Amino acid sequence: MRSFKQLSSLAKKIRTHVLKMTHRAKSAHVGTSLSMADLLAVLYGGILRVRPKEPDWPERDRFILSKGHGCAGLYAALAEVGFFPLSWLEEFYQNGSILAGHITHYVPGVEASTGSLGHGLSIACGMALAGRREGKSYRVFTLMSDGECDEGSVWEAALFVPHHKLDNLIAIVDYNKIQSLGTVKDVLDLDPFAAKWKAFGWAVREIDGHDYKAIEDALKNIPFESGKPSCVIAHTVKGKGVHFMENSLLWHYRSPNAEELECALKELEEAL
Amino acid sequence: MRIAFFRTLLELAEQDKRIHLVVGDLGFGAVEPFAERYPDRFLNVGVAEQNMIGIATGLALSGKIVFVYSISNFPTLRCLEQIRNDICYHRASVKIVASGGGFVYGALGMSHHVTEDIAVMRALPEMVVVAPGDPSEVELATRAVASHSGPCYLRLGRTGEARVHQKNVSFQLGKATLVRSGKDVTLISTGALLETAFQVAEELEEQGVEVRVLSMHTLKPLDSEAVLVAARETQAIVTLEEHSLIGGLGSAVAEVLAESSEVQVSFKRLGIPSGFSSCVGDQEYLRAVHGLSKNGIMQSLRPILSLIER
Repeated sequence: MRSFKQLSSLAKKIRTHVLKMTHRAKSAHVGTSLSMADLLAVLYGGILRVRPKEPDWPERDRFILSKGHGCAGLYAALAEVGFFPLSWLEEFYQNGSILAGHITHYVPGVEASTGSLGHGLSIACGMALAGRREGKSYRVFTLMSDGECDEGSVWEAALFVPHHKLDNLIAIVDYNKIQSLGTVKDVLDLDPFAAKWKAFGWAVREIDGHDYKAIEDALKNIPFESGKPSCVIAHTVKGKGVHFMENSLLWHYRSPNAEELECALKELEEAL
Repeated sequence: MRIAFFRTLLELAEQDKRIHLVVGDLGFGAVEPFAERYPDRFLNVGVAEQNMIGIATGLALSGKIVFVYSISNFPTLRCLEQIRNDICYHRASVKIVASGGGFVYGALGMSHHVTEDIAVMRALPEMVVVAPGDPSEVELATRAVASHSGPCYLRLGRTGEARVHQKNVSFQLGKATLVRSGKDVTLISTGALLETAFQVAEELEEQGVEVRVLSMHTLKPLDSEAVLVAARETQAIVTLEEHSLIGGLGSAVAEVLAESSEVQVSFKRLGIPSGFSSCVGDQEYLRAVHGLSKNGIMQSLRPILSLIER
C-alpha cells in the first residue's frame, strides 16, 4: 500500500490526465471523473490485487466501473499503474481509438464494458458467484454513480447479493450528489441512502470519498461483516480539486478550454 | 422440444462442468432435475431478467458456459440492452433459451406472444440465432450452441411436438437441413412450423408438385448458399415462420435473393403480419387465424403454384 502522500500524488496525476484528456477530446464527464479520482487512487494504489503486466491473471481482484462515463479517470489510473503506456491517453475519444468515451474492455485492465447505467453490479454478481463456487479468493469491486441508482436493475442486483451471501463483492457508490439534470435530491432523492442498502442486507459504511485514510480503512477491512456484501457510500464532491468545477452541474457536460485547463492544472499543482 | 432441450442439457452438464443453468423463476416441471443434480451450477435469480443477463455474463466471463432459460419474451425483450451490451459486446458464452416461440402461449394474450424475437435477436452483433424445427433438431441445436464459443439465442416451441425427421438428422449451425427433396417449389421453414411444412409438401406431392423442404434452423448466420441453390434449382421459394413478417426468416431470405444478380425466382413470405393479434386462442387456432395452418398455407400457395411450369 502506498503512503497517503503517494496516494495523493497518484490522485493528482489521475486528475491531471483527466483534465488534459477531456480538454483535448472536448469531451464531457469531467466532474464525475474528478469526484472518483481519490477512490481510484486508493484502489489502484494498493487495495486491488492486480498485476498490470498480466491483466488476465486468474486470481486478480475484479474491478468493474459501472459508471462507465467516468472512464477518463479509470484509463488514467490504469496507465499510471502500468497496464498500458501513458501515451495511449492521448488517443482518448479520438477517431480510430480504442479508448472509448465509456469504459471498454478492449483496453488492458478493464474487466467489463459499461456505458449504460445499471449493468455493472449484475456482472459483478456473476463474477462473485463464480469465484465463490470455485473457492477462489478474489474479490469483485464495482464503482457506481448515485444517479445510476435510479435504475431498477441496480436494486434487482442489490437484492440478489445478500441473498446469496456474496461477501466477496464490494459495491462503492460515488455519491457526488449531482446527476444529469440536477441534484440527486431534486431529480430522484436516494436518501436515506445507507438505510436502503442496509435494509436490503448489505453491510454499509459511509465515508468521505476524498479522505485517503477513511477510504483505505474501509477497503482494507472487506468484508465489513462475514457473510454480507459490503457497500461503501463515498460522499464526494463532483469536480473535486478544481474550484470552478466543484459542485457544478455544468461540468457534467463541459470540457475545459485552454485557459480553463491552464487554470485548473495550476490549482492542482499548488494543492500539494 | 422442451423435454429434448433439458434432457440434452443434463447430458452436456454431465460431460462439461463449465455448464451452468440460470433461470428467471420459470421452468416448473422442467428445471428440477438439473437443479437437483447440479445445485452448484444452477441458479434461480428470481423475477429479475436484467439482473439475470448481467449475472450470466459475469459467470461466462469467469469461464462458464451459461444457459439462461425462461419463457416467452422475458429473456429477450425485457433485458435487451443487457443482452446487447453485456453478452454480445463481451462475446460472452451465454445461450439464451426461450420456450414458447410464436403462439405457444396464445391464450395467455399479447404479452406472451413471441412474434418479434428473431428479428430483434438477429440484429444484435455476435448473436447466433437458432429456431430448431423438431425435437431431434433441438437436441442437436443444444449441443451445437454449447460448443459455440459466443452468444446464442435458442428459440424453442412447447412440449410435445412431433418428430419430423424420420432418420438421423445432419445438423450444423449455419447450414440448412434438407428435410425433403423436390425440384418444383422450395418451402423454407424455421422453428416448429416444420411439421406443417412437411405436411404441405406431402399434400402437394399428391397434386403432382415436387416440393423441397428446408429446415432453416439457424437464422443467423443464414445459409445463403442453400437459398441460392434453391433459387436456381426450383421455380419458387416460400418461407414459413411463426413470427412477424418483419425481420425474421422471410426477411433474411429476401435479403439474399434481392442481392443476388443471377437468380430469378418467385418468392413469397408466409408469417404473421405486423400487428398484435386481435384475439387469443391456442397455438393451432392462432396459427389458422394468421394463415399458418396447413390449409391456410395451401391457400396462400395457390397463386404461386399457378405460375409453376411442370
